[in-house]
Amino acid sequence: MAPKQRTRNPELIPGVRKVSRSQMYHKRGLWAIKAKNGGKFPHHEKAPAAAAVAEKPPKFYPADHVKKPLSNKRKPKPTKLRASITPGTVLIILAGRFKGKRVVFLKQLTSGLLLVTGPYKINGVPLRRVNQAYVIGTSTKIDVSGVNVEKFDDKYFAKQVEKKKKKGESEFFESEKQEKSALPVEKKDDQKAVDATLLTAIESVPDLKAYLGARFSLKAGMKPHELVF
Amino acid sequence: MAGNLPPGFPFKRYVEIGRVALVNYGKDYGKLVVIVDVIDQNRALVDSPDMVRSQMNFKRLSLTDIKIDIKRVPKKKTLVAAMEAADVKGKWEKSSWGRKLVVQKRRAALNDFDRFKLMLAKIKRAGVVRQELAKLKKETAA
Repeated sequence: MAPKQRTRNPELIPGVRKVSRSQMYHKRGLWAIKAKNGGKFPHHEKAPAAAAVAEKPPKFYPADHVKKPLSNKRKPKPTKLRASITPGTVLIILAGRFKGKRVVFLKQLTSGLLLVTGPYKINGVPLRRVNQAYVIGTSTKIDVSGVNVEKFDDKYFAKQVEKKKKKGESEFFESEKQEKSALPVEKKDDQKAVDATLLTAIESVPDLKAYLGARFSLKAGMKPHELVF
Repeated sequence: MAGNLPPGFPFKRYVEIGRVALVNYGKDYGKLVVIVDVIDQNRALVDSPDMVRSQMNFKRLSLTDIKIDIKRVPKKKTLVAAMEAADVKGKWEKSSWGRKLVVQKRRAALNDFDRFKLMLAKIKRAGVVRQELAKLKKETAA
């Protein structure tokens, strides 16, 4: 702590100071400063004020004074991946058209969704994104070191935007029929490439292919909270 | 229990010093313990080679057929020696109750993939049995 500063004019009681005005003038040495400066107290010219920027009148005056919302700089992180789910884990999908299917986990995308494949030949599940919440992670693991999943990200799965051609009614009906456009060949090839290495790994384990082809269901006497997956 | 009991007496396993029991509730669930003393109507003093001697309510114990020869509240060394002499562990593992417990534990620890393989094995076995049955049926019909 800095030593207490020496005050020239202590307050004796609230409102009453020790030294009078003229004594203070002498104590501060203002007479000496004046003498040094030839009878006058040194005086600086005021610095020229910065030229004010010509303000344009605003284009728009809002009718009501609406409060601006506070700025939010939060960047959400991708969902924390459960410890039981690692690349190569067999997952059981619990909802959607593939509910009950047992599927191989490949990687977690930046959006937090899990990239998953059937493989397509075995159970009809293509390269697909799945939410971690709708999945049970089993303890069965497959070796997926040979699979390259670098090129798959959320943009790969974005919906294809069709150019709008709204003209006549007849065209409208026609376009409805053609809505289901065929899968582009590249996607089919990607699927085949990923599945090729996976299939060799799967066929090396007995019964694993049949296991992935079968759907999971609860039978009588199975208690989910007691089951070990 | 010593003495002739009337025929048709329903009880075969008695609470006595040296009776081996299975703990069926609580922290020591699944352990085999020896009743070493009786405290009162509801509680017994119970001991085992791998636990500190403690009291247990009889409701937490399931009596087994195994009994060892000890005096009231033996020292740990004596207890262990008596258990070895009577081969409690061996008798338990050979008994049908002991073997059933092992199977239950194994079934509870089955993986989803294991359960699938089990299902395939059951179907296969049933198929073989059915084939044999069909053969036998044909023989008796002929």
